Order: sequence, then C-alpha cells, then structure tokens
Amino acid sequence: MTPFKSRYSDPLYLVLENQIAFKGDSFGARLDDAIIGEVVFNTGMVGYPESFTDPSYRGQILALTYPLIGNYGVPAHFNDELSSFYESANIHLAGLIVSEYSQYHHHWNATNCLSDLLKQQNIVGVQGIDTRALVKILREKGTMAGQITSSPKDAKWVIEPRHMVSEVSIASPKEYAVDGAKKRIALVDCGCKNTIIRSVLSRKVNILQLPWDANPLDYDVDGVLYSNGPGDPQDCQETIAHAKHVLDSNIPVFGICLGNQILASAAGARTYKLKYGHRSQNQPCLIAGSNTCCITSQNHGYAVDATSLPDGWEEWFTNLNDGSNEGIRHTTKPIMAVQFHPEAMPGPVDTGYLFDEFISLL
Amino acid sequence: MTRTIKKILVLGSGALKIGEAGEFDYSGSQAIKALKEEGLKTVLINPNIATIQTSDSLADQVYFLPVTPYFVEQVIEKEQPDGILLSFGGQTALNCGVELYKQGILKKYNVMVLGTSVHTIELTEDRELFVQKLDEINVDSPRSIAASTLDDAINAADKISYPVMVRIAYALGGLGSGPCFNKQELIDKVGAALSHTDQVLIEEFLQGWKEVEYEVVRDCHDNCITVCNMENFDPLGIHTGESIVVAPSQTLTNEEYHRLREIAITTIRHLGIVGECNIQYALSPNSMEYRVIEVNARLSRSSALASKATGYPLAYVAAKLAIGQSLTQIKNVVTGCTMACFEPALDYVVVKIPRWDLKKFRNVSRKLGSGMKSVGEIMAIGRRFEEALQKGLRMLDIGVDGLESLGVDDTKLEEEIRHPSDERIFAIYQALKNGVVIDTLYDWTGVDKWFLSKLDNIVRCEQVLAQQSMDPDLIQCAKQYGFSDTTIATIVGQLPKDIREYRKQETILPVTKQIDTLAAEYPAQTNYLYNTYNGSENDVAPIHHKAIMVIGSGAYRIGSSVEFDWCCVNTVQALKRIGFQTIIVNCNPETVSTDFDESDRLYFEELTLESILSIYETEQPFGVILSVGGQVANNLAIALEEAGVNILGTSAKNIDRAENRHIFSSLLDELGVLQPEWEELRSMPDAISFSKKVGFPVLVRPSYVLSGAAMAVAMNETDLLKYLEKAADISNDFPVVISKFIMGAKEIEIDGVAKNGELVAYVISEHVENAGVHSGDATIVVPPQRMYLETIRQVKKIATCITQALNINGPFNIQFIAKNNEVKVIECNLRASRSFPFVSKVAGCNLIDIATKVMVDWPIAPFRFKPFNLDYVGVKAPQFSFTRLAGADPTLSVEMASTGEVGCLGDDFEEAFLKAMLSVGFKLPVKHVLISAGKMSEKVEFLSAAKLLLKQGTILYATEGTHQFLLENDVGSQLVSWKELLDGMSVMQLLDSKKLDLVINLPTSYQKEALTQGYSIRRRAADFGIPLITNLQLAKRFVEAMDKKDLKDLQIQSWQEYQV
Repeated sequence: MTPFKSRYSDPLYLVLENQIAFKGDSFGARLDDAIIGEVVFNTGMVGYPESFTDPSYRGQILALTYPLIGNYGVPAHFNDELSSFYESANIHLAGLIVSEYSQYHHHWNATNCLSDLLKQQNIVGVQGIDTRALVKILREKGTMAGQITSSPKDAKWVIEPRHMVSEVSIASPKEYAVDGAKKRIALVDCGCKNTIIRSVLSRKVNILQLPWDANPLDYDVDGVLYSNGPGDPQDCQETIAHAKHVLDSNIPVFGICLGNQILASAAGARTYKLKYGHRSQNQPCLIAGSNTCCITSQNHGYAVDATSLPDGWEEWFTNLNDGSNEGIRHTTKPIMAVQFHPEAMPGPVDTGYLFDEFISLL
Repeated sequence: MTRTIKKILVLGSGALKIGEAGEFDYSGSQAIKALKEEGLKTVLINPNIATIQTSDSLADQVYFLPVTPYFVEQVIEKEQPDGILLSFGGQTALNCGVELYKQGILKKYNVMVLGTSVHTIELTEDRELFVQKLDEINVDSPRSIAASTLDDAINAADKISYPVMVRIAYALGGLGSGPCFNKQELIDKVGAALSHTDQVLIEEFLQGWKEVEYEVVRDCHDNCITVCNMENFDPLGIHTGESIVVAPSQTLTNEEYHRLREIAITTIRHLGIVGECNIQYALSPNSMEYRVIEVNARLSRSSALASKATGYPLAYVAAKLAIGQSLTQIKNVVTGCTMACFEPALDYVVVKIPRWDLKKFRNVSRKLGSGMKSVGEIMAIGRRFEEALQKGLRMLDIGVDGLESLGVDDTKLEEEIRHPSDERIFAIYQALKNGVVIDTLYDWTGVDKWFLSKLDNIVRCEQVLAQQSMDPDLIQCAKQYGFSDTTIATIVGQLPKDIREYRKQETILPVTKQIDTLAAEYPAQTNYLYNTYNGSENDVAPIHHKAIMVIGSGAYRIGSSVEFDWCCVNTVQALKRIGFQTIIVNCNPETVSTDFDESDRLYFEELTLESILSIYETEQPFGVILSVGGQVANNLAIALEEAGVNILGTSAKNIDRAENRHIFSSLLDELGVLQPEWEELRSMPDAISFSKKVGFPVLVRPSYVLSGAAMAVAMNETDLLKYLEKAADISNDFPVVISKFIMGAKEIEIDGVAKNGELVAYVISEHVENAGVHSGDATIVVPPQRMYLETIRQVKKIATCITQALNINGPFNIQFIAKNNEVKVIECNLRASRSFPFVSKVAGCNLIDIATKVMVDWPIAPFRFKPFNLDYVGVKAPQFSFTRLAGADPTLSVEMASTGEVGCLGDDFEEAFLKAMLSVGFKLPVKHVLISAGKMSEKVEFLSAAKLLLKQGTILYATEGTHQFLLENDVGSQLVSWKELLDGMSVMQLLDSKKLDLVINLPTSYQKEALTQGYSIRRRAADFGIPLITNLQLAKRFVEAMDKKDLKDLQIQSWQEYQV
C-alpha cells in the first residue's frame, strides 16, 4: 500500500482564463511545462478508459464530475488494434482534473492503475479539485481555456490554433475485412472511435477507413460513414466539400457526432458552438415528432442549427433537455446522421440499433 | 386507455414491520401528490395512522382499515373508483391487489389496475414463470431446481454441482436456508427441512458474487430508463436490506455498468412493467457472468433509497406513468427546466447503512443472512466513500463516532468477520488496525477489495493523526475522510470543542452542495443539500433569519419511527402556513420529511451536535425546533443551547429537569405528585434491601447493559439476583435504578401542548394492557373507555401542575399509572411523543400544528376537543415483527419490541379494536384457539373469556395445566400434550398443522426466559405467522369484542366521514 498522504504534498493548479484558480495534487505524469487547453467537463459515472482514449477529446483538459476516479484500474490491451477496452491507441486529453484519484484499484480485468497509464501516455492529472465548483463556472461562463501549472502566477491564455482532426485522423486508407461480408463502406475518419469500427464489422460489413480529407467517391463502396472527431466542424472544409458530392450521389450515408455536423454543413446548414457542450452518458434524445426518447452518450462542443436545414432535410432527433439538434436526415435519400454516439463506449447502448438501420440501407 | 379515470384507489402498506417500513409512506404520499396535481380524486386505504399519507391534506378519503381483500372490496363497493394503484404499498398492497384480481373483484366493480398489470406482477412473483420469461430473452438467472424428496434434492444438487444453496420457505430455528458444500450437508439440511415443508429449492450458490441493483422506470410508450444503480458492500448472501449499499456502483466498469443496464431495460420491456421497478443482479467478481436474481414490480425500499440518492422522485413519476403519461412529458422538478426522461448523474457518493435493534431481543440470532432483521436505515452523502461511510455510521445513533474497532477479543475476530453480524464493519476495522491485510479480509468476507482499501485508508488516516502533530492540512485531510471533531479530539488528546475552535481558526469548514440530478450541468431550483469537506465552494447562500430549522428523527428504530416523521412534516407545514421558511435536517431515506419539496431547504445530514451547529452557523436561522423528532434531537438541547443556538419551545434547562431522574423526582415531590418509589443503587445488597423495602415486584433499569434488554421486572429476590448478575452490571460507576412495580394498574397517557407553562391542548388516552407493557407495545384507546372521571380529572390536574412547573412551551407527553383512583407519574417527555399522530387524527385536532404555533409565539385558536363529544373511538394496536427475528421471544415486556402500529376508528371500542387487530394480522372468524396460561390467577381471570369462546363455537385446545383447569370449570377443551401421544396431538404438531387461528399464551412472569415450554409455543406461532396474544387483558378484550361484533359489523367509513 502507498503511504497515507496528506493534502497538497505535490501541488498543482488549474487556472482558468478568468483567473480563477483551483489547487490540487498531482497524479499521473509529472508536469514539465504548463499545459494549456480548453477546459470541458463530463458527467458520466463510469468509463474513464473509454473516454480518455476518445479522439474527440483531443487537446482538451477534461474535468470529471464523478468524484471517485480510478477505482477499477485500467485493463490490458492498450496497444491492441481495435481494443475493445479503449477507443484509440492514445489518450488524447491534454490534462485530467478529478476530485479524488483512487490510489487503490481492484478489478479482475485490470492490469494497471490509471495513474501509471497516464504516466505512460505522459498525461498530467490533478486531483483534489472541487470539480463541481469548476463545472458551475463553465456552466455559467461557458467553456474556457485553462492551464495546469505548478505556479499559478505565470498564467498565459492563448491556445495555439491546431487542426485537431488532422492530428487524429488516419494517414492513409486502411482496410478492415470480416468473413462473410458482402458490403463495404467508406469510413471517413475524423478521429474515429474503435467501437464505431467494431460496431460495423460485427454486422458483417467491411470497412475502408479513409483520411478525413479523402473523397469517398474515389473508392468503390456501398455506403459512407462520417465518424466523430474533435473540434469545430468548420475546420473540416475539405471533408465538407467532399461530402457535398457524396450527398449528391444516392449512396447511403450515416454520420456520427462531428459526422452529423459535417453532413449538415455539406447540406448547407449552420453549426454553432454550444455554451459548454454535451459530455455525458445521460442525454435524452427525442425522435422528432414522437414520444420516443433514447438515452444517449455524448461528447460534443458544437451543434447543428436545425432551423437552418435546407428543404429536403428534417430534424431527426432533438435533445429533450435543451432542444438542441441531435440528428438529421434527408427526407427522400438514404442519408442520416446523429449528434450522439450510437456505439456508446462509454455509455448506454440504447441506440446501437441505428447501425442496423444504416446497414440495411446498403 | 378506454375509460376516463377520475377516482383512484391507493393501497397502503399498513403498519411498519421489518421489511416493509417508512419507505411506503414516502411512495404513497408522492403518488397521491402526483395524482392530485392531475385533478384526480384519491381514496387511500391504510390503517397506519402515523403516516403522512393519511393526513387530511392528501387523499380525499382515508380509510383506516386493513389492507386485505375483504376490506378493500367493501371500500371499492362504496367508493366505486375507476382505477387502483397496487405498487405504492409494498408487498402488502401488491399481494392484496393480486388476490382481488384473482377473485374477480376488480372485474366485478370495473376497477382498472393502473401501471403494471397483474399479469406482469404474477410473472415477477412466480419463480418458474419468471425464469421462463428470462429464458425467452436469453437473460441468465440462477440455476435452480425444486425438490420434494431427498432423492430429488440429491439429484438436483449433482446437476447444479456443489456448493449449492438450499432454499427453505420457513426459517425455523437453525433450519433456515443456507449453503451446502457436499452431499452429507445436503442430506442433513434437506432431510430436516422436508419434515416441515413440502418443497425445497436447490440453487447454484453464487458465493462472493457482487450484488447490484438498478431502479428502472418505463412508460406506456415503451420509454425505459434506469434511474440509479446501487452496489452492495456485502457480497451476495446478505439481504440487500441488511447490507451497506452504495450508489452509484463503485467497482463496476463501463462495460459491466452498461451491460447490466441494457439487460435491465430489455427485461423490464419484456415483462411489460409500466411504472417503477427494481432489478437485482448477482455479478461475478471474476468475469462478465451475471444472474438476474429478482424483479420487484413495485416501489420498494431500494426505490426510496434511489429517489433520495439521486433526487429523482421515483414514486411521483411512477404515479404519473400509471395514469398514462409519457416520461417525455414529465418535468424534472429538481431543475425545473429539463425532463424526467433521463438518467441522473451523481457527483457525490451515497452510502446506506441498515440500523438493527437486535440487542432489544433476547435469544435472537445476530447473524445476518438472506432474511431481513434491520428495522431502519440511514443514508449518508459525501464526495469520498470514507467521508460518506463515517458520516453514515454516526447517523445510525448506535454510540459510535465513525468507524471504530469492535473491541472483541482478537482471537474471535476472524470468526466474527467470516460470519457476518450487525457489527461486522467494526470487526473489519479492528482487523485492519491489527494489520490484517486486504487480501486476507477479502478471503474472509468477499467484500470487494476496493471497499476494503477505503476502510484501510481510514485506519491509516487515524494512525497519521495519532503520530503527527496537528497541522491544518492534516486536520483538513481527516475531515475529508469523515472523522468527527470528537474522534479527532480523542486521537490527538484534546477536547472536541478545541478541535472545533482550531478548525474555525484555520477555516477548515464543510461546504454545502446541492443534489441536482445532473451533476451541475443545469442549475437546480431545489435546495436538496449535503455538507462535505471535499469541496471548496458553497452552492447556496445562507437563508438568514425568517427561517426555522427542524431536526428530524434519524434512522427508524424500535421506539422511534414514522410517527416522528409525521410530527416533523406537520411542523414544517405549520411553519410554512404562517410564513416561515423551513430547513429540515434528517438522514433517513425512508421518510417524507426528506422529500426535497417538503421544506425550503433539506439537509440530508447527521443529527449530531457538530453537524447541526455547522448548519446553524452557515444558515443563521431564527431558531431550531428539537421537540418533534423524538429523543435524538431532544438529547442535544443542552449542548446546543450552550453553543448559543436559539432553541424554540421549552427551554433546554427545563428539558433537562424532566430528563434528569433525580431532579424530576424531587420536582414531583415538591408538587405533591405521586410517583412509584424508586432509588438509584450502587451495590447488590442495597438493591436487595431497597426492593424488599418497597416490596417485589420491582422494575430494574441498569445504566450499563451487558446483554439483552435494558429493563426488566423482577418478581422476587431470585429474579433480581439473576438479572443483576447476568444481564447488567451494578457498581459505583454503573448505578441501577430500581422502582416499585405496581401490578394490576392501568396505564394512562396525556399528549398535549402547553404555552408558557399553561396547558392549552391535550388528549388523554388509555392502555388496554395493564401497566408493565411498554407504551409503544400497548393497545391504546382514545377517548378512554374504562376510566373513572375522577382519574381523568387527576390526570389533567397533574399535567397542569407539571406544565407550569417546567414552564413547558410546546409539545409534551406524560405517562401515568392508576390503581384504585391513585394516579402516579411514571414518565414525562418534553417533546412530541409516539402517539401524537394517533391522538391528533382521532381527536381531529392537530397537536403539532398547535405546538408549532406555540413555539414560534403565534396566536392559537381556543382548543375545542372534548373527549366525551366524540361519536367514535380510536384504537391503536402494535405491529410486531417476530417472524423475522429468529429466536426472539415474542412476548410483551417493559422493553419495547413492536416495529410499527395501526390506528383504526369505530362506533365503539369493540369495532375500532377489531379493525385494529385485523390490521396487524389477526384473523376473523376464530375457529381454533390454543390456550396456555401459566399463572393460576390468569387462568382464573381468563375463564370468562374461555366460556365466551366456547359459546361462539370455537374449538379450544389447551396445554395440560390449562386443560385441567378449564375442565374443572366446565369448559371443554382438547388436551394437547408436550409429548407425542397415540391418541392426541402434541402442541408442536398442532402448531404445525396450520389449523390454528389464534394462540393465547400467557407467560408466567415478566422475565423473558429462554427455552421454556411457553417460549416454544410462542416462537413456533411466530415462525408460522399464527396470530399470538400474550397479554391477559388483551386476550380478554379480544374475545369479548369477537362476542359482540362480527366481521360484517365493522363499518366501512372513511376518516372524513367519522369527523362529520
């Protein structure tokens, strides 16, 4: 057992853009230089190995509202291709903020503790922070930049612009084939989670994973799937431009998260930044015009302005809490997209059936 | 839905009992509120008069009648409701509803079952159908095979493979359900069991598996969500009601959490539940294997806990769904801006700990298992597990100040931990302190190592505190781990107030956080609050003056339960009506007072000095009301006053004058008020000589109890010696109070309110049983039926004297004994008593409302209640839970044993009395009675009743002495002997035969004696659920009442109709 540590034995600070500072203790990797990133929060109560490896978190400092993190350690197979325990081969966070990091972990499936994995991945964690107080600031003032630092005085606030999607997308096309598959789809990888790929493969459909700026119509595929990914959809103008052609063809199309925003943009609709995003496992999404509601897993900071959808398009899902758009579809063509994550991981699996719907269109 | 629903019948759960307690007052009350909002008429049947749901402000009509098919049918016939709710009144309501359906009564009166259909309920209740349904959707359940012969059982066990769990319907002595590790054990267990029951279940034994529950909600549009998941600290094998439960789960990965969630939703959809339900799982600690253990298609104790743990009002939502609303249309009332169709995200951890009262029962087994024995529970909230756990242990009010060592001999530790009792957590702590490692403890307990590591953190924090000098970071850290000032003080060798001062200087203070269902994602409109040291910011600003703090009752326990919640809620309602803001502090999830919409601010917090002071200092309210939450709050009066708290009502000094036996006694002497002679004694010879002086029997109250009940009656010197040697200690440090015990006296109570010492409202009630039965176990009548007017006058006069002398300003209760028109005071409480709701509702005047106004110096209306103008009678009867408490002696004594009560109304005593008796499980008609009376005097006194029974055509069975006596007095009875005879039945065979409608067993003495023949009869009756009377007066009145009234004579009248 590690010896009992009193508070602030190894202090670190999170300083927000508005100069509010939180003092905590270090865990995970040691801090070398101060870390700067957009500070976002997630309210999920389980699923940290899955969340941390979700490429959509690229460059962000993530605060978790559930106060006990690390309880069940982390599973093996971190570097496996399409690991079923992780959503990609890297932790994409810029930094991690928690209330309590559980020094002790126990689970039959764990091979390591979270802190060690963070060390391996060179990710700095800060524990002992009132994440509820932090979230309330973000809720009131909106998402803002923050800095993890060992001395709160030299705070600087410019987030260098980065093209996040190109950082996380695949470099060149990659094939996934399964026995018995009769169809193949193009997966436009804007920062795709492993479970999206596994959800398609498990339904006996082959995948051609393409870089974010590739044109799917250059390949012989039966459908196109636009993946999730980090950041502002308007940073993906190349993807949007290709998507316009894809929409003009009659090929079945499905979009997830950033994919929803890219398809909406390609159709001519607007996107906008949400005040503090949706990052949680409990977002209720209503199928438009019905009483049917699904509980969904979400991770996005931008949304589609449904009022700007052109003719021929309709809102498919709406968020029951704030009315924001949660999915669109074409009224005549086999094109649909959702803002939430039907592949879950982490989160509820209620909407996994959407993969079946998409695949039935191929 | 084909017809319009306008009037809905709601079934309550009856008296509080082990396994069915206050949680159903919460669920019924919320359901009625939800229906009222929709403009629907509601009719409630619930004989539990102490509940909030039976208040006049909720249901349109309240029937204090038994929740049995016979009475419910009568009410249906009279009220003609359109729909009925079965899932808000526990198993009692559910079983009754299923029975009504089966008998075709619901169809006959065209009453629609709202919410989950009876067909679905049956699927969840019938083991075989249930497993079939699960198999249809490939959901795993424990493999189990029914066996009616030993050979079948052996084959079944071979098929399942050892170890197996043998489930037996009845738990008789050592014959309960349990695991068998090999064939020989199986043969022994099943062989013995089959001599008492027709069938046993052989089940796979999932030892060490985790127990996990989900609360699931589904609407009639097939929207289905899980509101909360909970993980038991203890692995499978300990009833979830007996287990420490944590929400949300702590040791489950995303895959496990969401896989079980998905299975829950699939299962609930497949079963077709509409409303709320609970699904319980066993989850392997080593793989993804799981089993669905059961589905409860109704609100449950777990759903009450889940509601309080998340802030999601499950019962309220379930009621809306039952009338056909969609989850997508119901607002999330906590945020006011989001909808009920979502799954709460918690940003804190919740720990529930059961409260047992096993020490009140002699002979009872303290071991925990698959049956429930706890009588209440608390819920603690923190932002660390250690913090929540230590808060929770203090909330139990069992004399611990957090996690402490059990203090057993170290050699017995492993045994104590391997075979869990109500004190295992303390034994584990002791082991950790002794250096036993987590892996070893895991082997002994099966408790997940993560939980054990958290206990170990507390050990290590304690060690550091003991070794290092105090510094702010260390103290802050100790507070974050949930240590109280008192514990820290003990460890560092200072006084609690020093630690408190130190903390204040260093600004080490708790912060107040809201429970908002969405982990701060949306702002909360409600002030459902808890305090934590694991945070840096308060969510709310102080409420300031115009607010009043009301202290709740804490965990339900024997002697303090839902009646005090009624008092709290009524206080808050009264305060609201006159324009005060209110703050409730309570920690019991089974209550209505902890519904976030009852008060302006709800602190789900400890009822300790430290906690209440901290809330008081943050909120700075106008004052605090301590006198409506029972004894817990009352005990804090002096300390709070010393700390500068403005206590509303009677002053702390006067509360102390009533609580302190010496001061109170001399006060009575000064006032010329009689009391039984008593003395505080410090040695055995003194005890004997005092007892001889006043004459036996005497009542003995030790200040330190070794085992068993705290009080006892000694009939003679031998009794006294035995008791003081075995059960209690007597010494200079532990004095014993002995008082004269007056035989054959009546017991009388007055519940009232005084204003600045002047008696302004009161109700006098009378016990059916003679003095010697604890007032909480007594059958009580309002207005008194068999008392001299002169006695009543004396009672009032004495009460007037005492209220003046103590300058009472608020509620009070005084208990008297009367014999030959001589009235003596035996107890005085300067607070609301257990009987306040009962007397208030019977008298039609809310004593709490009056008391509240008095305490805040608000004008009160003149008191109009005149007992002799009342056209009806109210009878309160106790509910016992002996069936659940294997081994306990089911008899009445000076120590309270009942877990709940009912109160019923009738045109006369007999009617109200019979309704009350039927409400606590007695049955009419009574055709077969076993009589066994120990003492000759009681045989003689009972003779007339025996003759009446015979006249009624009842078949009497009697044990030898009683049979002989009856024979000599021309009352024929069948002799049942102790031995098995060729030509007759033995007592035990008779009890096993399921023929008896009533057992009357009048014990020889007030001493509880193990293993006598009388005990065997009583115990067996309890084990088989045969109605049992052990008190002469009660037996006689019951027989007399049956002679005058029949079932059909019992009027179906609502409370509202009686009051007209």
